[in-house]
Amino acid sequence: MSPVSLPLFDALLLFSIVGLAWASLATTDERRSVILFIAFGLVLAVAWGRLLAPDVALAEAAIGAGLSGALLLGAVHRQPRPLSPGSTNDSRNQGATGMGVVLRWVVTLLCTALAGTLAWALLHAFSSVPHDMLPRAISGNLAASGVSNPVTAVLLNFRAYDTLLELAVLLTAVLGIFALGQANPGYQPAGPVFDSLVRWLVPVLILTSGYLLWVGAHAPGGAFQAGAILAAAGVVLRLAGRTRIGLPEGFMLRIVMAAGVGLFLLVGLTLLLLGRPFLGYPPAWAGSLILLIETAAMLSIAATLLLAFLGGRPESPAHAARTESANTTASNSGNEEQTRC
Amino acid sequence: MINILSSILILSGVFFYLAGSIGLLRLPDLYSRLHALTKADNLGLGLLIAGVALHSQDLLMMLKLLLIWLAVLAASATSAHLIARQARRQETGS
Amino acid sequence: MLTAQWMYGLAGCVIMALGLRGALLHASLLQRIVAINVMGAGVFMLLVAVAYRGPVLPPDPLPHALVLTGIVVAVSATALALALARRLHAEQEDD
Repeated sequence: MSPVSLPLFDALLLFSIVGLAWASLATTDERRSVILFIAFGLVLAVAWGRLLAPDVALAEAAIGAGLSGALLLGAVHRQPRPLSPGSTNDSRNQGATGMGVVLRWVVTLLCTALAGTLAWALLHAFSSVPHDMLPRAISGNLAASGVSNPVTAVLLNFRAYDTLLELAVLLTAVLGIFALGQANPGYQPAGPVFDSLVRWLVPVLILTSGYLLWVGAHAPGGAFQAGAILAAAGVVLRLAGRTRIGLPEGFMLRIVMAAGVGLFLLVGLTLLLLGRPFLGYPPAWAGSLILLIETAAMLSIAATLLLAFLGGRPESPAHAARTESANTTASNSGNEEQTRC
Repeated sequence: MINILSSILILSGVFFYLAGSIGLLRLPDLYSRLHALTKADNLGLGLLIAGVALHSQDLLMMLKLLLIWLAVLAASATSAHLIARQARRQETGS
Repeated sequence: MLTAQWMYGLAGCVIMALGLRGALLHASLLQRIVAINVMGAGVFMLLVAVAYRGPVLPPDPLPHALVLTGIVVAVSATALALALARRLHAEQEDD
């Protein structure tokens, strides 16, 4: 690539990214804001690819733009009017009062100052000689880590404790979602066009997620991307009005939700009992242990993200069957407002 | 030689994307915009992928790129259908 | 310092500030959630820009792992925030 075109490409890409972020936050229409945010996420994935971060690009496209976008669009669709915290809405929205305008300008100035401080710190940090102690340590120990993809090695071996805590954060979030209410109402059964797309798309998604899990050991991929694709298969099934979306029920659901954290802890404590440090895999077994943990983590992540899309405790099968028959008769008469897809 | 051919394909793909975006901005109503955008963008993607596929190392990579194009084709056609159907329902229903 | 590093780093700072301003000033809860996600994206861009070491050297994988963790945590926080918003809306309507 010629030396002049790459900075030009970077400038154009960054211009679109910052422009999309600005546009997403400048509009007052919620739906437009969410759609621009999805576009922002997708162009951001291109930026990750340009910065040689393919694992991050996969995760951003699947989770950051895809699943986040689905969550936000679902929320926009369900609220008939903009969501606001009660009485303070009017004073903030007006901006016509003196205090309102001053407040906006003060906040804007503070945020600009924050950006300036960060930029100054960044330039200051970059002006000194770059430390590459950590990257050298990672590439030096990569052979003993059990995988050859350095990001997977960092996530599942060198910093496995952080990943364990991250899975615990996911679990906590879904427990909070469970505590807040029942799942959102389902969608109408899909027409023939969407249904035939779903018929071949869902098996392809499941296959792709299995592939991403396996290939994460030596190429960009891994448990998080695989879990997100698997959750996307469930989301597509849900949008097509199916009641069975791949989630286990009752006790099995709890097992699957806890499987990620649980297996991680099991492996760690077993290693502790065998005299090794917590989550310190023996190099001969590291590859298999990582694959085992990643499989459990993938199922756990997929279940968690799908439950997050459902928005609450999933309904029981009997209730779901009644809802589906009600939706079918309602779609025949075409009057049902709430479950319009 | 391959570079020239792939550059031509990629540039024509970009042209179709541009045409689709102009159609999005200039056409009068939802249906015509949807029609122009879906058709032009899919064709543009096909040309883009053809241009990229010329640089691929082996047949497997070409096949993967072709599958990507087919998947995007099916998904965008379905979503265009869903959007148009919903717009139609909103027009005649409410 | 590489050109790409400071371009993307600067853009990351700007996006973070945009997101923070949106999170503080917007009236609608949903837009504030979007703004927090944008803020997170700015931080990620900062991290990945720091990790980039040019077209020849492989990038530093540690910030990539941090960003991957961050993306997943951000989506779960968004999901919880949306569930809270939905419950808040339902409670307000009951009043």
